[in-house]
Amino acid sequence: MSKRIEVRDLNVYYSKFLAVEGVTLEIEPRSVTAFIGPSGCGKSTFLRTLNRMHEVIPGARVEGEVLIDGNNLYDPDVDPVLVRRQVGMVFQRPNPFPTMSIKENVLAGVKLNNKRISKSDADDLVEKSLMGANLWNEVKDRLDRPGSGLSGGQQQRLCIARAIAVSPEVILMDEPCSALDPISTLAIEDLIEELKQEYTIVIVTHNMQQASRVSDKTAFFNIAGTGKPGKLIEYDDTTTIFSNPSQKATEDYVSGRFG
Amino acid sequence: MTTTLTPPEPRVATPVSNSLTAGKLPNGAPWMILAASLLVSAGLFGVIALSGAEFNWVGTLVVAALIYVVVITVLSRIVEGSRRSTDRFVTSLVTGAFLLAMIPLVSLTITVVTFGLARFDPEFFTYSMRSVTGEGGGALHAIVGTLLMTGTAALISIPIGLMTSIYLVEYGRGRLARGITFLVDVMTGIPSIVAGLFAYALFAIFWGPGTRTGIAGAVALAVLMIPVVVRSSEEMLRLVPNELREAAYALGVPKWLTIVKVVLPTSIAGITTGIMLSIARVIGETAPLLIAAGFTNSMNYDMTEGRMQSLPVFVYTQYANQGTPASAYLDRAWAAALTLILIVMALNLIARLVARFFAPKFGR
Repeated sequence: MSKRIEVRDLNVYYSKFLAVEGVTLEIEPRSVTAFIGPSGCGKSTFLRTLNRMHEVIPGARVEGEVLIDGNNLYDPDVDPVLVRRQVGMVFQRPNPFPTMSIKENVLAGVKLNNKRISKSDADDLVEKSLMGANLWNEVKDRLDRPGSGLSGGQQQRLCIARAIAVSPEVILMDEPCSALDPISTLAIEDLIEELKQEYTIVIVTHNMQQASRVSDKTAFFNIAGTGKPGKLIEYDDTTTIFSNPSQKATEDYVSGRFG
Repeated sequence: MTTTLTPPEPRVATPVSNSLTAGKLPNGAPWMILAASLLVSAGLFGVIALSGAEFNWVGTLVVAALIYVVVITVLSRIVEGSRRSTDRFVTSLVTGAFLLAMIPLVSLTITVVTFGLARFDPEFFTYSMRSVTGEGGGALHAIVGTLLMTGTAALISIPIGLMTSIYLVEYGRGRLARGITFLVDVMTGIPSIVAGLFAYALFAIFWGPGTRTGIAGAVALAVLMIPVVVRSSEEMLRLVPNELREAAYALGVPKWLTIVKVVLPTSIAGITTGIMLSIARVIGETAPLLIAAGFTNSMNYDMTEGRMQSLPVFVYTQYANQGTPASAYLDRAWAAALTLILIVMALNLIARLVARFFAPKFGR
C-alpha cells in the first residue's frame, strides 16, 4: 500500500508571507525522496503541506494542488483528518505522549480515534508496529512503562511505530535524526530502507550523506535571500544530484561550496 | 622508536599557596555572630529594663537582626572580600523577609488553634444553632451549608471555566478571544460583595425581592470562581507542548479528540490544582453569602428554599450578635474559623495528591 504524490505549482503562505513558491514535482510510490537545502528554505514547510499539517499554524495557507493518487488534498470538501490518516508524519524532536505507556503510545492512533479494538488485535498491532520500527526487542518487557522513559533514539523509533500503526500510505519525516546520535541514526536509516518496501517515504534532512544513503530521489530547495520565497531548484535521481547536478547552485551546495 | 623515560622529579613539599583559595569565615560563623548579636541586644534592653521599664522582646529581636546584618557584612568584607560580603548581606535580608512573612501566618495558626479548640467537640459537629441560646449548640448547619454552596458553585463554574479556557487556548483567535480575556481579567477584580449583590438581584427578578437561598449564594460564589478557574486552566493548557498536539493531528486524530485525550490528560494535574485553589479561594467568602444566602440558625439541606448558613457567615453572626455569656458565642466563632481552615487545608492536600496521581510519569 503506497501512493504516488503529485504536486502542481504549489505556493505556501504564512499569512501574507510567501514561504515556498511554485513547487512542481512527482513522488513515486515505494520510494524514498529526500529534501535537502539550507535552513529556512521551506523544506519543512513544504513537507507539512503534504498532509495538511501546515494549516495547523494560524494564518498559514496554500495555493496549488497536491494530488495523492489523483485525489487533490486541497479540494474544498477534503477533510484534513482523513488526509492525515493516510499520510503519517514523524517529527524532528521525538514526541511520545507523556501520559501514555509505550503500548498506549503505539495504539494512540487507534485509541485516540475512539475505535474499538480487541485485546488480541491490539497486542498483535503493537508487536507488528514495534517490530516494524526495530524497537520490539528493546521494549517488549516493559510495554507498560511510560514512553518518555526511553532514550532519544528509542523514542523516535517509538514515534515511527506509532505512525505506522495507523497503516498510512505515505510517511513524512521531518529531520527525524537531527536530535539523535550516529548509532540511533543508523538504526533509523536501516528502518527507512525496510519501510520503503511498503510505504512511500519523504524525508527532510540536513545531512547530505544521509540523503545520499537512504534516498532514491533528491529535491534541492534554495532561497535567494532572507524574506524571499524558497524554491525547488532541482529534483532528480539521488545519484545524479550528488554526482552530476544540472544546476550550479545544487553543485555548490552538495559539494559544500555554498554561499 | 625508543622513548627515554626520565624519572619523575620527586615532589617537593613546598607550601605553594594555591592561587584559587580565598579567605573564608569558619562554617559556624553566622550562627555565632547571630548568638552574639542576640546577647548584645538582650543585654542592651536588659539594662533599659533595669530602670523599671518592661523587657522589650520585639525591640531585642529587631536590634539583634540589625546588629547581625551589619556585623556579618563588615566581617565578611574584611575576611572574604566584597563579593562574598554582598552575598551574605543579601542572604540575611532574604532570610529576614521570609521570617517576617512567616510571623503573621504562624501567629494566626496558633491563635485560631488555641481559641478554636475550646469548642472543637462532637457537639459542635452534630448540632445546629436551632433554639440554642447561650452555651452549647454547634455549626453543623453552617458546615453543611458551606459544603453544599461551595460544591454547587464548583459544579457551575468548573465546566464553564474549563471550557472557556479551552476556547481561549485552542480555538479563540482575534477580537472575541481578546475580549473574553479582558472580561475575565476584569472579573478577577470584582469585589466579592458585588458578586453577592448580582446574585441577589438576579434571584430577586424571578422570586421577588428578599429571596435568600443557597442557590443564590452558590451563583455568587460561582461568579467569583469562574475567572480564577479560567485563568489557572488557561495557563496550564498553554504549557502543553504544541508538538503533542501536532503528533496527534499527524495520526489523523480530530481536533476535539486531541483536546480531550491528549491536551487535557497532559495538563490535568495543573488544572486540578488550580480548581482546588479556586475553591479554597471562595470557600471563605462572607460578604456575598451574607447578601445572597442570608443566615439562619436551622439546618437547611434545600438549596432552592430558605436561607442557608455557611461557616464564614456563622463566624460573623456569632461575633456580631453576642448573647450571654459572650464567651460561648466567641468560642463558637473561633471553632468555626478553625473548621474552615481545616477544610481549606484538606482541600489543598487533596489537590496535591491529585496532582501527584495524575502527573505525567517519567519512569524508566
